[in-house]
Amino acid sequence: MTGFLGSGKTTLISRLLGHPDMGETAVIVNELGEIGIDHHLLRRVDERTVLLRSGCVCCTLRGDLADELRDLLSRRERGEIPPFRRVVIETTGLADPAPVVYTLLSEPVVRHHYSLETVVATVDAVHGLRHDQSVKQVAIADTLVVTKGDLVETAPVVGRLEQLNPTAEVIEASFGDVEPAQLFARPARDPRDVVPSGQEHEDGIRAVCLFLDDELDWTAFGVWLTMLLQARGEDVLRVKGLLNVGAEGPLLVNGVQHAVHPPEHLDAWADDDRRSRMVFIGRRFDGEELERSLAAFNRLAAN
Amino acid sequence: MCSLCGVLLNESWAEQGGDRRARALRLRLMNRVLAHFGLRLDEWAGRVYVLRDRTGRTAVVEDLGAIWREAEQLAGRPLDPLDPEFLLRLA
Repeated sequence: MTGFLGSGKTTLISRLLGHPDMGETAVIVNELGEIGIDHHLLRRVDERTVLLRSGCVCCTLRGDLADELRDLLSRRERGEIPPFRRVVIETTGLADPAPVVYTLLSEPVVRHHYSLETVVATVDAVHGLRHDQSVKQVAIADTLVVTKGDLVETAPVVGRLEQLNPTAEVIEASFGDVEPAQLFARPARDPRDVVPSGQEHEDGIRAVCLFLDDELDWTAFGVWLTMLLQARGEDVLRVKGLLNVGAEGPLLVNGVQHAVHPPEHLDAWADDDRRSRMVFIGRRFDGEELERSLAAFNRLAAN
Repeated sequence: MCSLCGVLLNESWAEQGGDRRARALRLRLMNRVLAHFGLRLDEWAGRVYVLRDRTGRTAVVEDLGAIWREAEQLAGRPLDPLDPEFLLRLA
C-alpha cells in the first residue's frame, strides 16, 4: 500500500482492517499510532535499506522488511502469534515503492513464503500527482484509489491516472470506503482495452502500448527484456502484458523496473484476438522502437 | 530476477521452465547479440556461463540478468537493444 503523504493511505488501511473479510491479516507500518484501531498483528519497521553492489536504486533490498517478514513466519511457526494469511505493507509517503517490490520478489526466504498479491496506491483528488515519487507510485500500482472525492471533482485526476497507468484499475473512495474485493484478487486488465493518449507527464513519463501479431518465442522475449532492463531499467518503470507464446492461454508478464514477477500462464484467452500485448510505462522510448526491437529478436529465434 | 543484481539469485525469471533445448536456443540467441559487441558466451558444466571478450578477459556469470551487466563491463559501453544501428546489423 503506497501513496503520497496525506493521500489517505492510513485511513484506507484502517477501514480495510475493520472489514470481516480482512481477518488473519498482519500489518507492517512505519508509524505506530496512526492506524486508529487495536490490531493484534500490527508491526512497525524502521526503513533500512541495503544498497547492492550494482548501485541501482530500485534493486535496493529493504532489509527491515525482509527481517520482519521472516520474523512473522518464525513466530507463527512457534505459535507466538495468531495465524495470518495476508500481510499489508504500508510504505512511507515519500518512499520509492520499487525496493519493496524488489525485496518481495528476490529475497530468497521471502519469495519462497510470500507472493506479491497486488500493489495499491492512493492518490488524493485535491493535490493529484504533485511529486516525482507519486508518479512512480502510480506507475507501479495495480489498483489506484482516488481519495477525497468529497472535496473536489475527481474526473481530471482519474483521467490523468488512466493515461499514466492504463494497466491499473482506478476506483474512487472517500473516507477509505472500499471493499477488500475491489483491491484483491482482481483479474489483470487487458492492455488492448485501453489506449494511452501518449501524453507525457512533465518529467517525460508516459505509457505506450505494444502489439505483436506473430507468435512470440519465450526464450527470445526473455533475452530481449533482460537486455532492455539492463540498458534502460532506470527509464522503464513498469512492464505489464499478455504474451502469445503458442500455449493454450496467454502468459502474463509483470515487472517493476529491474524486478520481474515469475511469469504466469493463464488458462485461456478472452476471445479470438491472440496478439501479444504489452504496456510499458517510462521515459525516453516509444512504442514503435520497442516493437521493432522485439520483432528483430523474435525473428532471430526463428532462423 | 533482477537484471542488475541477478548474481544474488539462483534463477532468473527468464530462465524458468526451460529445458535443455531452450537453454541451447538461449545460448545461440545471446551469442548472435553479443557478437555485435565483440563478446562470446559459453556454457560451463551446464550451470554457469563464461563470458569472454577478444582480448581474453573472462567473467563467470550465473544467470541471464547478470550476463548483461558483465557484458556491459567487458564491452565498456551499454548494450542497448533499441539502438537502431545495432538492430540493422542484427537483422
